[in-house]
Amino acid sequence: MSDTSMTMQQRSTILHLEDVYKRYGELLILDDIDLSVKEGELCTLVGPSGSGKSTLLRLILGQEQPSAGELTIAGKVAGTPDTRRGIVFQRYSLFPHLTVLQNVALGRNLQTGFLERRRRRKEFDEEAMHYLQRVRLGQHADKYPHELSGGMRQRVAIAQSLLTKPPILLMDEPFGALDPETREEMQIFLLELWDEHRMTIFFVTHDLEEALFVGTRILVLSQYYTDGRGELPNGERGARIVADYHLPQMASSTEIKHNPEFVQLLEHIRQEGFNPNYLQHARAFNLKHPDSFQTLSEVEHYTATSVTTSS
Amino acid sequence: MSQQPAKFFGIHAQPRGGWKWLLAVIPFLLVLIIYSVASDLRHRDNPHDKLLPTFTQMADAVKRMAFTEDRRSGHYLMVQDTLSSLQRLLTGVFLAALVGLLLGLNMGLFPGVDALLRSFITFISMIPPLAILPIIFISFGVDETAKIMLIFLGIFPIITRDIYLAVQQLPKEQITKALTLGASQLALAYRIILPQILPRLIDTLRLALGAAWLFLIAAEAISSTDGLGYRIFLVRRYLAMDVILPYVLWITLLGFTMDWGLRMLLRWRFKWYLESNK
Repeated sequence: MSDTSMTMQQRSTILHLEDVYKRYGELLILDDIDLSVKEGELCTLVGPSGSGKSTLLRLILGQEQPSAGELTIAGKVAGTPDTRRGIVFQRYSLFPHLTVLQNVALGRNLQTGFLERRRRRKEFDEEAMHYLQRVRLGQHADKYPHELSGGMRQRVAIAQSLLTKPPILLMDEPFGALDPETREEMQIFLLELWDEHRMTIFFVTHDLEEALFVGTRILVLSQYYTDGRGELPNGERGARIVADYHLPQMASSTEIKHNPEFVQLLEHIRQEGFNPNYLQHARAFNLKHPDSFQTLSEVEHYTATSVTTSS
Repeated sequence: MSQQPAKFFGIHAQPRGGWKWLLAVIPFLLVLIIYSVASDLRHRDNPHDKLLPTFTQMADAVKRMAFTEDRRSGHYLMVQDTLSSLQRLLTGVFLAALVGLLLGLNMGLFPGVDALLRSFITFISMIPPLAILPIIFISFGVDETAKIMLIFLGIFPIITRDIYLAVQQLPKEQITKALTLGASQLALAYRIILPQILPRLIDTLRLALGAAWLFLIAAEAISSTDGLGYRIFLVRRYLAMDVILPYVLWITLLGFTMDWGLRMLLRWRFKWYLESNK
């Protein structure tokens, strides 16, 4: 345990969020998110529906801006979407008017000027082909996305994002639209790919089992908790990271999903994060991961009983 | 024994093969039959009837207009009319397509441009083009420019708005995705979005062509020295239905061919568009 945590500490921080809030009008979605992710981590984020997983992802992606707080990628303010992060969506990651090969080579083509692009076309195509072969889709290079199955499309999308080597790869429910069998294949495929490249991945899913199976670290985002602010009107308390574990890697087969330890951890997290009637105090969150940290204001620190609302 | 699906009646009908073809021909045949009967009846009453010319009379008219040199100008009138009209129509449609595409694309993608132009374009699109026809003739003269302008003004707002909607309907994910792959904002507009909405532009043009013909004929009817619309309105004075009817058929055929051509273009160049949107 201490051995792995030592090596973790030496790696640089890719993603850093501190005191991040996101509010839509009256509704507070994200409530004081503190999070730090180091290089090489395959970090999964789970949470019950409505906990703001996608909102958090959109903030990191730069599609939306936080209402308050600090959000940096590789030390610089996240800002709007750029090459510092790759993204694989559940759908629409591929461009329908480009062939599979053109889709994968797109990043290179977009990042070079007109003349250079013409000169190096062959080189770009070969590189894209290399990535396609790595996701085992070499023979489908000339097809269009609509001619591929869901799982194949997601593999192309991963190759497309990997080719530009972004500091962090974001994945938003990437396997959510696939049938269970393909889904499991894709999980194993992702693990193999990660094992080979050790890229930093931030993986959002609503499937707790998937999050535990795939991740080296699991974050649980949930609106079911309590803190020193006591009873608040509905919508005033947003979701927080209520649990943060380091996960033992690597599982090379899905056998582990039936392992008693795995099942026990799964049940435990389900209770911590997904049970609306199980409210932990913010001080008592299970933030066991060595990179985890938490900033609580004084009022949040209180034990709730004495605080009541005026309404 | 399995039940045969109905050939015509009900929602489960499956018209097939020669039968399907025959069904499509029936309405055309009916109109032809009704016309020839009516024409025949009138000609029995009055051999000089001009209102419903016989097919022979129309064929003669076509021979005169399209295959004989005009004594006065030395042109083949119908050929000359067709070329003039097509030139006006295609220039107007091309300009409208170009402007509509650029406006719609930039309005759909850039919120600033959208805020600047949306109300204005909506306003413009509500002006009935025929109502400002006098203004167009006064400001652009009675030459080609005015006719092209009428077509342009008549259809570019529709094209703009349709392209605008198409851009807005593109999944937001695509824009984000392109940016994370390193697209500049210009590259996003012209290398990612533009090629994706070109097929939509073709679909839009197919719809706009009908309106374009309307404006062309209107402009030619009012002020012109040649053109298909000009000819129709000229010979109207002599009740020359034997010329008007073939001209109308010819215009219809031209419009149909253009529509077919655009459809073929879609099938040839933008197969992904037809198949992804199924």
